[in-house]
Amino acid sequence: MDMPQPNARIIARKSSILALLSQVLPPDAVIGDPAETRAYECDALAAYRCQPLAVVLPRTTEEVSAVLRICHAEGVPVVPRGAGTSLAGGSMPTEDAVVMGLARMTRVIETDYENRFIHVETGRTNLSVTQAVEAEGFFYAPDPSSQLACAIGGNIGMNSGGAHCLKYGVTTNNLLGVRMVLMDGTVTTIGGPWDEPGSLDLLGVVCGSEGQLGVVTEAWLRILPKPEGARPVLVGFAENEVAGACVADIIRAGVLPVAIEFMDRPCIEATEAFAKAGYPDCEALLIIEVEGSEAEIAEQLAKIKEIALRHNPVEFREAQDEDQARRIWLGRKSAFGAMGQINDYMCLDGTIPVSSLPYVLRRIGEMSAEFGLGVGNVFHAGDGNMHPLILYNANKPGDLALCEAFGAEILKLCVEVGGCLTGEHGVGIEKRDLMVVQFAPVDLEAQMRVKDVFDPQWLLNPAKVFPLAVSAGRRDAVTTGPGASPRTPGIFEDRKCQA
Amino acid sequence: MQTHFTEAQLADPGVARANEILRSCVHCGFCTATCPTYQVLGDELDSPRGRIYLIKDMLEAGRPADAQTVKHVDRCLSCLSCMTTCPSGVHYMHLVDHARVHIEKTYRRPWVDRMLRNVLAFVLPHPGRMRLALLGAKIIRPFRRLLPDARLRAMVEMAPKTIPPVSRNDDPQVFAATAPRRMRVALLTGCAQKALNTDINDATIRLLRRLGCEVVVAKGQGCCGALTHHMGKEDQAHSAAAANIHAWMAERRGAGLDAVVINTSGCGTTVKDYGHMFRNDPLAADAAEIAGLAKDISEVLAQIGLPQGAPREMRVAYHAACSLQHGQQIKSAPKDLLKRVGYEVVEPADSHLCCGSAGTYNLLQPEISAQLKARKLATLEAKAPQVIAAGNIGCMMQLGSGASVPVVHTVELLDWATGGPMPRALHESA
Ligand SMILES: Cc1cc2nc3c(=O)[nH]c(=O)nc-3n(C[C@H](O)[C@H](O)[C@H](O)COP(=O)(O)OP(=O)(O)OC[C@H]3O[C@@H](n4cnc5c(N)ncnc54)[C@H](O)[C@@H]3O)c2cc1C
Ligand code: SF4
Ligand code: SF4
Repeated sequence: MDMPQPNARIIARKSSILALLSQVLPPDAVIGDPAETRAYECDALAAYRCQPLAVVLPRTTEEVSAVLRICHAEGVPVVPRGAGTSLAGGSMPTEDAVVMGLARMTRVIETDYENRFIHVETGRTNLSVTQAVEAEGFFYAPDPSSQLACAIGGNIGMNSGGAHCLKYGVTTNNLLGVRMVLMDGTVTTIGGPWDEPGSLDLLGVVCGSEGQLGVVTEAWLRILPKPEGARPVLVGFAENEVAGACVADIIRAGVLPVAIEFMDRPCIEATEAFAKAGYPDCEALLIIEVEGSEAEIAEQLAKIKEIALRHNPVEFREAQDEDQARRIWLGRKSAFGAMGQINDYMCLDGTIPVSSLPYVLRRIGEMSAEFGLGVGNVFHAGDGNMHPLILYNANKPGDLALCEAFGAEILKLCVEVGGCLTGEHGVGIEKRDLMVVQFAPVDLEAQMRVKDVFDPQWLLNPAKVFPLAVSAGRRDAVTTGPGASPRTPGIFEDRKCQA
Repeated sequence: MQTHFTEAQLADPGVARANEILRSCVHCGFCTATCPTYQVLGDELDSPRGRIYLIKDMLEAGRPADAQTVKHVDRCLSCLSCMTTCPSGVHYMHLVDHARVHIEKTYRRPWVDRMLRNVLAFVLPHPGRMRLALLGAKIIRPFRRLLPDARLRAMVEMAPKTIPPVSRNDDPQVFAATAPRRMRVALLTGCAQKALNTDINDATIRLLRRLGCEVVVAKGQGCCGALTHHMGKEDQAHSAAAANIHAWMAERRGAGLDAVVINTSGCGTTVKDYGHMFRNDPLAADAAEIAGLAKDISEVLAQIGLPQGAPREMRVAYHAACSLQHGQQIKSAPKDLLKRVGYEVVEPADSHLCCGSAGTYNLLQPEISAQLKARKLATLEAKAPQVIAAGNIGCMMQLGSGASVPVVHTVELLDWATGGPMPRALHESA
């Protein structure tokens, strides 16, 4: 993966930069020893790595602001990092960058059940948000498979989704407001627990901005009352096409399950070998979950069953109790781990219209043969979000390049059939150079102008999202080093960011 | 993950195993979420994924361990919560064990560290020396604030106020079953445990006999090797383990042995891993056989079955020792047994988190340990129990030094409910 030349002047000034950072942070919050910074060189896309200049671990918004002010004045790039579970290399640093890890900012600031929101610091993990409110019968809806570990800050960065987002929407649909620190240290609040009619939807701009616009330190999130009950069914099919058609029919019939998950044969086999969930031996299977009262569940399941049976499934399994429900989900939840047992994998994330699912799966199968690399598909089928997992051997020279080429072809295929490059994992470094496949130059220019407004020096999360060639002019234009467009030192301000 | 070992490096079986483990890690980061030290410190370097990375780097470079890597590996509790969480089956335990041996061989610790570790390795595995040390600690206790090192203070503070007399039950002998005989089992009587608390073995023996087990305290057995193993002192650990293997195999080949029963779960995890420890040793087959026979007391009791008891008016907070829940993946058996004999069983929030005892950890890393202890006590006491039960002496000492209710071993409660005496800790608090 191409990366811009690191700024040698910054690297040469490492020790003085560390000294400045140490003035505003306690000793255990500044990491500069190369033996220690190495562990921060990548996220869950471990194929791409780059050791950062330093790592800082602030505990408060004030510390975040103080660090950013220094980095801004010194022209040092900053890479925000939540839990580092990005599959797109979103939190991979550059050699001249300071990684800003937010894992120490995990407080719950306020919960308001009457008005259904929770106010948290963004280093808090997704699952622990739900854990904080579940005793009161509430939950936070977006549920990435990585929810145990991924942080709210990363979820906002990537506008993450999950299996249950078919019904509840992704992060952006559940985010009420953020407290964000701009690159120059300005602390600003966008949105909040109360509706703000009339203002520009800046929150929508921030959510999914992949750490390009500011460091989000706090968030107000919508919490929802837990549904009375939920029940999954598992349906096995002899052909991918038929499974795809079944999904399309369910959606068309107006039934709204909370989740429709799809797994193909390679994935089913890997999962069975590893997690032994007792899945049927078939080409494709769907896990469909519905929610509500007992009567609602029964009604929806009856409809789904009727539609599914029209497609001659090889198996229709309805969970009779908690344990069976758990077993139905077990395989799906173990899918990534199971594929990882076979070989290294690269997890893609493209979105396609549900109707082209059979065609896309067939093409992926053909390409798999052409490239000579195995691939398994897990898939949020309800909203057309695909996750092909390409298997390769990281220790075999040339395999990664082959895998990348294969991945690029799959993503191009997604765009070709009317879908897009990413459903929920974001662009990061992985899909950066493919942005030109989906966006015309004017589109990219418009997106870059948004970044110009928030981060005029282009210091935040460098070399991501925008193809290097496209952003070159902007990145080169900013003069770096001491004295470059210094920020007038002002009082610590917390102002509304308004258009 | 990609690794960069040379063929020559891979010829070393330890490195080969490390490579296998590193290759199976996909760097997903799930394990960070349930790691106690990451919860407390919030630095990836103090998380499993970070440690795996540090270890990978150290081993690949084939260089001596550096101070930073040692610091973060030393902070690992070996609680193995990460192994329970990992969706990819990464065997962190074997990796960190290997790293500790590498550290011990290539890194020269500051002399205070070295002295403390050597003292612990000299004292803990030997009940006689341990008793002397406890006595010493008792004498120093009033002056502990004068000690120059937080770790020394922690050691003195940890020592119990009363030191039990030697129990003759721990001598080599055979206890006949007091009910029709169903099994013949060896009991690992332990090392440090014997000096700290003799009630656990006494209760275990009574209970097993009552259930039809002939209980053997085999001649020649001693410390399981875990304490020194976790300090990377490979040779000491191996010779302790080998002595046990010889002792138990002699019984197995003699009068026969259906199980090796262990009531200190920290030891259980290690004995169950003897097969791996000796995989390249002439003792391999015997070691694997013993590992297969090793059972936690709760496993054996679940297998034999306890009589159903009438409800008892006692709420027990069950503290899951990491070596049981993560190391041996024994989660429900102890709770089921307690419920079966009539106790009300409650569990604290975040039960997967370690209490900070972790073998010698509370002595060597007192600050982190104290934070974990405080968290654990708060979650346990939130359940308003009358007694706390755990299956590991380390946890019992750790929690007992701060809990407002008595802390006992699970077997003591089971023994009491099935005809044995009331546990001493309950007596004393009554
Ligand atoms: C096994 C596995 C399964 C996954 N399943 C899903 C899934 O089902 N759905 C899904 O959507 N994703 C999934 N992911 C991807 C990943 O977990 C998400 O992208 C997640 O939101 C990343 O969160 P994080 O805290 O780890 O962020 P990081 O990886 O640390 O960062 C992600 C991005 O957000 C930015 N960022 C982080 N924190 C902040 C902040 N405070 N302010 C500004 N920018 C910030 C970073 O710079 C980076 O660009 C999965 C990942 C793995 C490994
Ligand atoms: S959970 Fe397992 S695979 Fe994932 S980073 Fe941790 S050890 Fe590696
Ligand atoms: S063994 Fe425990 S302390 Fe060590 S890395 Fe794993 S979870 Fe963390």
